[in-house]
Amino acid sequence: MVLKKSIAVSESGFIFNPTTGDSYTVNQVAAEILELLKESRSLEEVKKEILKNYEVDEKSLTEDLSDFYAHLQQLDLAINENV
Amino acid sequence: MKTYKLTIAVSGLNAIDSPGPGIGVIRSLRDCPEFDLRIIGLSYEALEPGVYMHDVVDKSYQIPYPSSGSTELLNRLQYIHKKESLNAIIPTFDAELGNFIKLEPILKQMGVASFLPSTEQLIGLDKMHLHEFAKEYNFKVPNTKFIDDPSQVESLKNDFDFPMVVKGKYYEAYIAKNNSEIEKHFHQLSAKWGLPVVIQEFITGTEIVIAGLGDGKGQLMGAIPLRKLYITDKGKGWSGVVLEDEVLIELTKKFVKDSKWKGGFEIEIMRTDKGEFYIMEMNPRFPAWVYTTAAAGQNLPAAMIKLAMGQSVAPFEAYEAGKMFVRYSWDLITDISEFQQITTTGEL
Repeated sequence: MVLKKSIAVSESGFIFNPTTGDSYTVNQVAAEILELLKESRSLEEVKKEILKNYEVDEKSLTEDLSDFYAHLQQLDLAINENV
Repeated sequence: MKTYKLTIAVSGLNAIDSPGPGIGVIRSLRDCPEFDLRIIGLSYEALEPGVYMHDVVDKSYQIPYPSSGSTELLNRLQYIHKKESLNAIIPTFDAELGNFIKLEPILKQMGVASFLPSTEQLIGLDKMHLHEFAKEYNFKVPNTKFIDDPSQVESLKNDFDFPMVVKGKYYEAYIAKNNSEIEKHFHQLSAKWGLPVVIQEFITGTEIVIAGLGDGKGQLMGAIPLRKLYITDKGKGWSGVVLEDEVLIELTKKFVKDSKWKGGFEIEIMRTDKGEFYIMEMNPRFPAWVYTTAAAGQNLPAAMIKLAMGQSVAPFEAYEAGKMFVRYSWDLITDISEFQQITTTGEL
């Protein structure tokens, strides 16, 4: 999963898609995940990083990440490189 | 450094809830560091706010309504020119463009520059003819038909699905869900704007507007695409954000190349969920939000004046996406003496 190049994400979790003009706000954890995606980090690397910083079980995190990634794709903010 | 002393007349000072482009054009011109400006406002009505905005407009003159014809307009412009020694004029209303285009050669002889399309271009891209241009040059526009009589409504179902868009010849549009609604809007619109009434396919998607400048030889000098974020009940954008989309820029380049449009313009686009771009309408002048083009790095009105004055201007290559405008209203305080002066003398 890679965040589209043109997407701007601020530290405070504000996302701006300059192609559509849409903007979104996300919470701190999601902002951290987006930062990692911007650095082209793999799903496993993202998981590892979040597990290190937050109290969460791996199963729940995997499910939540899968939902979040699907949402990013649906909003045309990210592309799945494996497809 | 200010090196270029210019006196420029600009119309469209009605900075109201359905604003004319004049104030945005003037703000853009005043932003150009090379210009040392005196701005002359051209108004139609005594209560156009720009007339009273003395930090924006140096002096205002009332001019005759477009329906008075070009001779009356010329007489008035000659008077204004005698007093102000104009270097250039920027008309910003659709309805007045025909007269100004007609007067362009005379104004040029007087030493007053302008940068306007030809009458053929103006007509060729208006609401009644845009679909012909689109067909010839392969642009997507909504399927369009014209009706002169309510008896033609019944047969529309052969070409269109409901809902359909019913548009007046010049202004106003309604969405009709059945034949009786089409008939109702037909009577309303034909009584107000005359015949024919325009019937169009209903296209859904994201509305995008593009402000641009054509050099008259097929080259796009600059273009800024924008998505309106808040639209008033009059359908006017009250805030908007500049977009980054190479496809939109390429479409605008092709539009200007094919039309050889000369001057400022605004294209209204609908981007469908399938990613198709439909040209909904073309406005033959800068939009009211044109100051955002200067803020985003392409001062289109200033570039147009340079072209009008015969300077060589390089096309803009880049701009800053994410620039936003938020329009606001403001109670400007003036005095009855100013209103009296513009009303009685036609000057302020």
